[in-house]
Amino acid sequence: MLKYIFKRFLWSILTLWAVITVTFMIMHFIPGDPFAREGTMPEAVYKNLNEHYHLDQPLFIQYTRYLTSLIQFDFGPSLKSNTMTVNDFIKQGFPVSLHLGTQAILLAVVLGMILGVVAAYNRNKWQDYLSMILAIVGISVPSFIMATFLINFFAVKWGIFPVATWKSWAHTVLPTIALSMMPMAFIARLMRSSMLEVLSQDYMITAKAKGLKGKFILIHYAIKNAILPVVTVLGILTANLITGSFIIESIFGIPGIGELFVKGIFNRDYPVILGSTVFYSMILIFLIFIIDIAYTWLDPRIKVIGENN
Amino acid sequence: MESNVHLTKDLFVPIQDHLKDVEKINSPTVSFWRDVWRRLKENKLAMAGLMVTLLLLLLAAIGPYLNGYSYYEQDFTQKNLTPNAEHWFGTDQAGRDIFTRAWYGARISLFIGFMAAMIDFIIGIFYGGIAGLKGGRADNVMMRISEILYSIPYLLMVILIMIVLERGIWPIIIAMSITGWIPMARLVRGQVMQLKEQDFVQAANAMGSNTLWVLRKHLVPNTMGPILVNVTLTVPNAIFAEATLSFLGLGIPAPEASWGTMVSDALGSILIGNFYQLAIPAILISLTMFAFNVLGDGLRDALDPKLRK
Amino acid sequence: MKKFSFIIVSMLVLALFFTGCSFSGKTGSTQSGKNEGKKVLKTNNSSEPGTLHPGLAEGTHDSWVINHIFEGLTTRSPEGKTVPGMAESWESKDGITWIFHLKDNVKWSNGEPVTADDFEYAWKYVLNPKSSSYYAFQLYYLKGAKEYNSAKDNLKALEDAVGVKALDDKTLKVELTSPVPYFLELTSFYTYYPVNKKLAESNPDWYKSADHFVSNGPFQLKEWKHKEIIKLAKNNYYYEKENIHLDEVELAIITDSNTAWQMYQSGEFNLLPEKSLPPDIIGKLLTEKNPEFHTGPYLSTYYLDVNTDVKPFNNPKIRQALSMAMDRKAIVTNIAQGGQPPAYSFIPPGIPDVSGDFQGNTGNLIKEDLAEAKRLLKEGLAEEGMSKVPSFNYLYNTDEKHKAIGEALQEMWRKNLGIEMTLENVEQQVKLDRQKTGDYVISRAGWVGDYVDPMTFLDLFITGASYNDPNWSNKEYDTLIQFAQTATDKKERMNALHKAEKILVDEAPIIPIYFYTKPLVYKESITGVFTLINDEPSFKYADIK
Repeated sequence: MLKYIFKRFLWSILTLWAVITVTFMIMHFIPGDPFAREGTMPEAVYKNLNEHYHLDQPLFIQYTRYLTSLIQFDFGPSLKSNTMTVNDFIKQGFPVSLHLGTQAILLAVVLGMILGVVAAYNRNKWQDYLSMILAIVGISVPSFIMATFLINFFAVKWGIFPVATWKSWAHTVLPTIALSMMPMAFIARLMRSSMLEVLSQDYMITAKAKGLKGKFILIHYAIKNAILPVVTVLGILTANLITGSFIIESIFGIPGIGELFVKGIFNRDYPVILGSTVFYSMILIFLIFIIDIAYTWLDPRIKVIGENN
Repeated sequence: MESNVHLTKDLFVPIQDHLKDVEKINSPTVSFWRDVWRRLKENKLAMAGLMVTLLLLLLAAIGPYLNGYSYYEQDFTQKNLTPNAEHWFGTDQAGRDIFTRAWYGARISLFIGFMAAMIDFIIGIFYGGIAGLKGGRADNVMMRISEILYSIPYLLMVILIMIVLERGIWPIIIAMSITGWIPMARLVRGQVMQLKEQDFVQAANAMGSNTLWVLRKHLVPNTMGPILVNVTLTVPNAIFAEATLSFLGLGIPAPEASWGTMVSDALGSILIGNFYQLAIPAILISLTMFAFNVLGDGLRDALDPKLRK
Repeated sequence: MKKFSFIIVSMLVLALFFTGCSFSGKTGSTQSGKNEGKKVLKTNNSSEPGTLHPGLAEGTHDSWVINHIFEGLTTRSPEGKTVPGMAESWESKDGITWIFHLKDNVKWSNGEPVTADDFEYAWKYVLNPKSSSYYAFQLYYLKGAKEYNSAKDNLKALEDAVGVKALDDKTLKVELTSPVPYFLELTSFYTYYPVNKKLAESNPDWYKSADHFVSNGPFQLKEWKHKEIIKLAKNNYYYEKENIHLDEVELAIITDSNTAWQMYQSGEFNLLPEKSLPPDIIGKLLTEKNPEFHTGPYLSTYYLDVNTDVKPFNNPKIRQALSMAMDRKAIVTNIAQGGQPPAYSFIPPGIPDVSGDFQGNTGNLIKEDLAEAKRLLKEGLAEEGMSKVPSFNYLYNTDEKHKAIGEALQEMWRKNLGIEMTLENVEQQVKLDRQKTGDYVISRAGWVGDYVDPMTFLDLFITGASYNDPNWSNKEYDTLIQFAQTATDKKERMNALHKAEKILVDEAPIIPIYFYTKPLVYKESITGVFTLINDEPSFKYADIK
């Protein structure tokens, strides 16, 4: 097990390095000057800015410089802010995105599983159709439309929830719903097909034949076994949700880290682009790792690959 | 136990030649697809999805010619008209006919969807198939490469592509496919790996069948199910992704319209009561998503041999 | 199943834990009920300021806040006149050497007096190449300023040579390289604001959070929740505090203008500037004559750059044809929708001439005339030996309104002149970069005057100037501008500027579309908000009934 973890760790570092390198190259290859401004730009000012952020140095030097500071967990300054470093942006924004993302993933998992189980258990009956229609509506409406609708009705027209910003739990309700629709629908459909597969297995049929009650089988055997595929995708889903969504955060005025990457790209704010990429990759790698461990724990049939050899 | 069965020699006669054919399986592939079609037909939701898809395709083909307007012609005296006898879906802020634009947009959105699905399909089959068949080191390296590609910020690559190529429909399709093929490749690889170990393939191999023949005869039909389902789901996902890119200003260049650009252009219209401007493209996107998804789900159910009754 | 419930439960616990800590600060106290009795202006700053240090600031997302918490030697009255600010009086014989006398009662928000030293320190900080201030060039009028800002070494000596010196606590001596007619007005600009020297020297990070922030304007920074909200409170040490009626100002940071407008509707904001207003809403409020809607002129022009290095656009006739074959009125009433006047000349209204308004005296320099446009196009193409205008790209930075205007122009030119044009949108940083390097054919552009004088528009297009993106060059124009830069006779100067504008518009390296306006909404209970023609709205003297 330890050997496996170590191997995984090494591979993660390697992946991270590759991602940083490729991102670094692409980022400097695409046109757009972070210091271009409307109007006058005297040469001295332009030079001072470039020198200050070391952008006047050869790319390779900038690259090694970045890697060295990264080892000390320093993501560098933002080219667009004299007040906040990239570390500050992450430190202040991540708890918010994490909070929103966690709520959304919980809602998605709970609702998605219920819909999926109900659908599978009542296959081709109205409950199945209804659940699946609900799930498909969830993935059929782009999140920016969903958010616009939610605000327009629940906040402006009916005044049930506040329109936007991040001040209290009531403020989190609409963005949580908007954010959880996609993963909820996804989980519901995954759960349904996985349940159907489990229900058709021999041991299920045997259990039924033995006279066990439908609901009992469902809860004690079927769900437990059908849950594995859901657990597999949970890593990527969670990573995506807790690192924030640009669209949801900008529409709801939420001070998370979702807009960091997109705005970084639009502003050609190089340290922000790299910093948010690295941060996202780290979260993703970490979560996938956690999920793998959880997987072996949940499913005794699966043995860690390293152990067999 | 006492036996009272008497076996005499004349009970055993050599089998007659014509009876040998009884054991032969006649064209299993044909009956398989026929079977799939039969089961698909039983699924009302899936059939509705198929009908809607066909209707959308038909309207995309003929819709732009139906009422004599062009998608680009502006008429400020006719702007913001609600649906009426002259303009069936009303007009937009520049006085353009939304009906024509919607079906012109359908062409672009559906074209993006289908092309993206096709590219994903081709690359996915080859990459995943090779990785799965070769296995071992080659498989390891190929999967790692795809993993790294998956971790590189998507938006950065999209912008890179849009800069390297001229702005238009193709950069968007390529942007969709740049990482879109990876899930497909993984799926194909997984299927191939699994099937490689299955008894019937090993049996075929043991009996000395040619590898290519095994591939064509067994692997292709047996992996086709999940792959086809995945393709069906790629189409709406690409349409969806295009809408999100449009929201970020990276969509199809104006005045050409896709559903995505129509929606993001009309987001503000909801504030001044021109609800239909947003609702029409939004409904079309959702309808497409819905149609393809129920069709995909239906196909999945119909194709899954384990669910055969 | 137990294991799975364990996971769910632990996730729930985690979620509850986060719920507690992701809302920064005291949530309860921000409820509107607690504000009763206090006059609180609530508005939206749209994006997070990059800095609130006046010497490092650039752009309105920084300066809207800074202008309300700092004040320069001079300031501007609601009527737009340059009036004493921190300085009580000033004198200059030759327009080169200036002596400013500070008021006795001017104090920082921590009670310390504002001194001449604070100005000297602040200006030299801006010019220090190590500060890498973008707006340092706003101080290039000072003697030795450009040299210091461009220096690599010998910094100390060059710093001492810069033409700003505190003669004593209350007297500041400024030396310029040449007389600048609008220098006094410049001293009200934020790059010229003072910084508390004692504080800045003891705590170089003073401007990074509200904790140690000290300023000298009508308001002071009370709280800065990054990307969330900036709270200002009245500065009780401000010399004119009896005229400041607001107790607090809250500037939220909501990027999406649709959301901001919906928050205004639900009463969470009581004032919104143009940036927070969706274009459709502006149009609607304007046509229904909503009493909460206010608009005024803005010293800014929306225009197109035409790259004069690209055939056939090197030919002025082609450019004129483009300018003539559009319907500016239709663009303004249907797309811009803010009551903007169509631009038939380049310099916007609001700049005083010798008598009357500069733009008013200019009148219309462009006549929209289809027949003439077609004739010019044909002639121009013949001169360039071409049969038709090859298809080209129209470059604009991604924005709903710019897109709609691009689409309208595309349609107008296609219908009127048979010209095929493709729209290409890129991010702002790319657009600016490509315009600089000449990698475009026609591009949208805009310019806001730095000061209230035609020069701020016209000196953009002298040969080789850094914002002369059309790369246009005209000797006569250059001579006229040069003359106006040093002319002492106001009448002759304005005459030269009028002539120069006519050359610019006739030659059409730029095609003016419309003059901006400055829409603003605020609830009817608010009074005293004023908007200067080259600035964001000021709520310095605002009151809430």
